[in-house]
Formats: sequence, C-alpha cells, structure tokens
Amino acid sequence: MNYEVVIGLEIHVELDTVSKMFCGCSTKFFGEKPNTFTCPVCLGMPGSLPVANEKAIECTAKIGLALNSKIASFTKFDRKNYFYPDMPKDYQISQYDLPICEGGYVDIEMEGLALEGSGSRGYTRRVGITRVHLEEDTGKLTHIGESGRIGGADYSLVDFNRAGVPLVEIVTEPDIRTPDEAKIFVQKLKNIIEHLGVSDCDMEEGSFRCDANISLRPMGSKELGTKSEVKNMNSFRAIQRALVYEIERQRELLRADERVIQETRHWDAANNVTMSLRSKEEAHDYRYFPEPDLVPMELSGEWIEDLKNTLPELPDARKKRFVEAYGLSVYDAELLTSSKTMGDYFEECARAYNDAKKISNWIMGEFSMHLNATNLKIEESAVTPKHLVQLLRLIDKGQISGKMAKDVFKEMFESGKLPKIIVEERGLSQISDEDAIEKIVDMVLEENKKAVEEYGSGKDRALGFLVGQVMRLTKGSANPQLVNEILRKKLT
Amino acid sequence: MAISKKEVEHVALLARLSLSEGEKEKFSKQLSQILEHAGKIAELNTEGVEPTSHALPIKNVFREDEEKTCLSQKEALSNAPAKEDGMIKIPKIV
Ligand SMILES: [Zn+2]
Repeated sequence: MNYEVVIGLEIHVELDTVSKMFCGCSTKFFGEKPNTFTCPVCLGMPGSLPVANEKAIECTAKIGLALNSKIASFTKFDRKNYFYPDMPKDYQISQYDLPICEGGYVDIEMEGLALEGSGSRGYTRRVGITRVHLEEDTGKLTHIGESGRIGGADYSLVDFNRAGVPLVEIVTEPDIRTPDEAKIFVQKLKNIIEHLGVSDCDMEEGSFRCDANISLRPMGSKELGTKSEVKNMNSFRAIQRALVYEIERQRELLRADERVIQETRHWDAANNVTMSLRSKEEAHDYRYFPEPDLVPMELSGEWIEDLKNTLPELPDARKKRFVEAYGLSVYDAELLTSSKTMGDYFEECARAYNDAKKISNWIMGEFSMHLNATNLKIEESAVTPKHLVQLLRLIDKGQISGKMAKDVFKEMFESGKLPKIIVEERGLSQISDEDAIEKIVDMVLEENKKAVEEYGSGKDRALGFLVGQVMRLTKGSANPQLVNEILRKKLT
Repeated sequence: MAISKKEVEHVALLARLSLSEGEKEKFSKQLSQILEHAGKIAELNTEGVEPTSHALPIKNVFREDEEKTCLSQKEALSNAPAKEDGMIKIPKIV
C-alpha cells in the first residue's frame, strides 16, 4: 500500500529581549555561570508576582503579522501545570485558548522538486499556521551518569538561568508532505524571524528549536494516522534526516501490520536514528487555567496597525526587490536573500560597487565554496564587503586576472588581509602594459618559428601553444586577453 | 458532583502524591463536598453577564524591557537541599 506522509511542526523561538518574560533578569546568560541570572520571580518564590514584558508581546504580534496571522484583540496567559524539575514553579506560564496570534500561512517554493503525483517540477506549498503564542522558557537539566541522558542517569543538575526567557511557540497545520518541505519551511521561517530582528535564531545555542509531528495514512484517506513526535533536531540537516528516518520506520511498521505508538522520540544525530524516550506512560493532563497573577490584555486595532507599519522588509519582498532593482535572476535573488546576513552583505557591496551581477557571482561562487569548506557563515568570514569590492576593482582595472583573483580571494579569506596588500606583497600585478607584452610576444615568435608556421597553415592549436609560452615567461602575470590580441595581430 | 476514587488517584498521580486507601476514600468524599459547595455559584442567574477569567477590571499591565539586578548564585541556591557545581542537585527523574 502507498502511504501519504503528514507532517506538522512546532517551532520554539527565544526572543532577543533585554530582560526575561516576567521579571527583570537579563537574558544574556549564554556561557555564564549557572544560576546567576535569577530572581524571586523566575525562581517561583512564594509571594513574588510576574509582570509581562511589553516588548515580548510586541515581538510575538510582529511574528504573527509576518506570518499572515490574525492578531487577537483579547488575549491572556494561562497556567500549564506539570511536574518536571526544569520549572521551579511546577507550572509554566503559557497561553491556552486565546493565543496572541491565530491562523496564517507561509508559502514555500520547492524549486526543481517534483510534487508527488504530478509530473511538473517546481511547486509552491502553502503551509498553514495554526497559532503563535507566548510562554516562558524552562531551566536547563544536566543528567549525570554514564549515558549522559535522562534514562540511566544517577542524578540531575538544574540551572535556572534560562527559566523565564520569553519563548514564542509557532504551530503549523499538518500541511507538510516531505522532509524537504519541512526543511525549506523551517529555513524560510528562520529567515523571516531574522529579518524581523526579534531573535538571534541560533539553532546550536537553542534559541530556535524545532519539533515535528509525523504520521502516515493510506493514500487518499482523510483520517490522520497515529503520530509520533520527534524532538532534538538542532540543524536543518538534522530535521531532514530525522524525518526521513522516522517516515521509513513508520512505513515499515505499517507494512508489517504493526501499530505506530503515539510517543515522543529523540533524534540521535550520532547514530542516525530516532529513539523512544521510554519514559513512563505520561499522563498529559496539564489542567490549564487562566493565570491569576497576570491580567488579560487587549490589543487595539490601532496598536496592531501601528505595529504593522514598523515591520521591516521581509524575505519575499526583498527577493522581489533584488530582481527589480539589481537586475538579478530569481534564482540568484532567492539565494542572496536566503539569510538576512547574506542579503545585508550583498547590499553593502552593491552600495559601493555597481555591477550587482559580478558581486552576486562572487558571493555565490568562490565565496560560498570557501564558506562551505570551512563551515563559516558569511558574517563570520574575514572577507568584509570592503575586501570583496576592492578585489572586484582590481580585476576591473586589469591589475589582476580573474584566475589570480581567485588566489587572492583564498588568501584574504584565510588571513583577512586587504586584496591590494596581498597583490603588493606577492608582486602579483598583472602585466597589462601593451609594450611590455609585445616585447615578450616578439621573443616567443622568434623562438618558436615552427609553431608560427603551423598557425599559418591553419592549425589553430598552435596559437594556444604560443599563448602558453608567453604566460610561462611572465609567470602567468600577463593579461591573457591582451596576449591573445597581440599574438593574433602579429600573426596575420 | 461526586469525585470517584479513580479521579482521586489520577489527581494524586499528577501531583506526585502517594495516598493510602483510607486517604483516597476520605479525599473522594471531601473533594466532592468542596465541589458541591462551589457548585452553588451555578445556581445564580448569569444571564447578560460576560464570561471572565479575572475578577478585577484591570487590563494591559506591562513592564518596560529593562534589566534589573539578579540574585547571586549563593542566594539563588540557599534553599536547595543539595547542590553541585553551582546547580541544584536533584534525584534521578526516571
Ligand atoms: Zn528573574
């Protein structure tokens, strides 16, 4: 039997506010000592009272607006009750029936990929957004024992620095059909949130986390199959690989007439498998009730409208502008706007240098190759827009050839030196002086009479040989175009 | 509105309480009484009254996104029965 894959995602985004959600503790604790960013509120001390951070409400509504959601005119916080040592209060302040944002969608472009059941390549998938709500993040647990995991641990240690950090949860409709779609969706969502400037979206540091609900159903069926929830996918690659694995696992179970168990599974990237957490059958009964310590919120139409007007340019609009303003192809514009920092980098270059296509070619060619090889992001590279623009100018002036420029690029990528300095230090300047090249050409013609004759009798290959001789004598520093021209002129 | 023994067991499990058989009987009765008492409110005529989750007519109480001083690690851990490496040490979870 053929099965249809049904995937829904839950994405958690830590907001980049100065202070926590309900208290004034700083959120900048990464790399700091444990339990040094707490206060009576985020430690859940009796008698302390939370007060909502207005900026966090704003950021959540901004995310909703960017995802085409409806922003609630009336919203409130609720208590989610559960016993787990990552929360000092034994409940988490979250939102239940009246989230800040409801509905919405994100369109993703699946270029070059075929939609199942159709022959056409390249399609758009609209992924519905169920809701976007605001809650507080939990503390961090470290499990001590041989495995380092919760199962089999001897004991655990708790750090409450993260407890109370504003956390936005984005829930999608089960509209995703393939691991590729899931990956592209998460990349696009991250890109949108980066453009909004409300989170640093660092997957490794955990400020952008993704969980997936996956189920299979017989093709054509409307009913949803039993799902499993996969957690701990902390890279785009992990999302894709975990989903591929989980789909295959469920397909095999169904084909063997076995049941899929509704459970939470952990992606183990080292072993390339998802594993059941095997915790005791948890009773998921959170007994939500309205948070009595926080009053409800009314968001006026005017407030929402004002917020809408402050929204920055988002990736889709930016892509369109890159095509129109810089004359780039849709493909190039798509890649250049695939992250905020990449787009910013391109635009900084484009302000200083007017051939956008050349900038784009370098960023997507040589630059990306070095970035991929070193696993660096563009903003982490030693090559700043100033470096790249200077390099392009050196090529334009004929001071270095395109081939030499690649070597210079490699060195500036490694050392961070400006290209002018590298060219000087290595004595790389390309010989573009016609007289100088003519002298060398004369010498080569004199010494290679046989090749000259061959060329005269129609053997084009001989020209290549002569060019090669000139390049050899100049140690590759002659402008090859000029050498070609001069040679042809002299040979006719 | 009667609370069965089974419901008492469920609530006790969620609250991580272990109850004796005698306690289960006792709480089943007491919880039923409490609910019955609260159930009196349902007798009121609430026609035309907007449902609400909060008793006070206050909305939109926010704080500015500003940093305040935190507790020291020593203060933060002063109530912890056990600690290690600046963290609270707790028994194994599963
Ligand atoms: Zn605090």
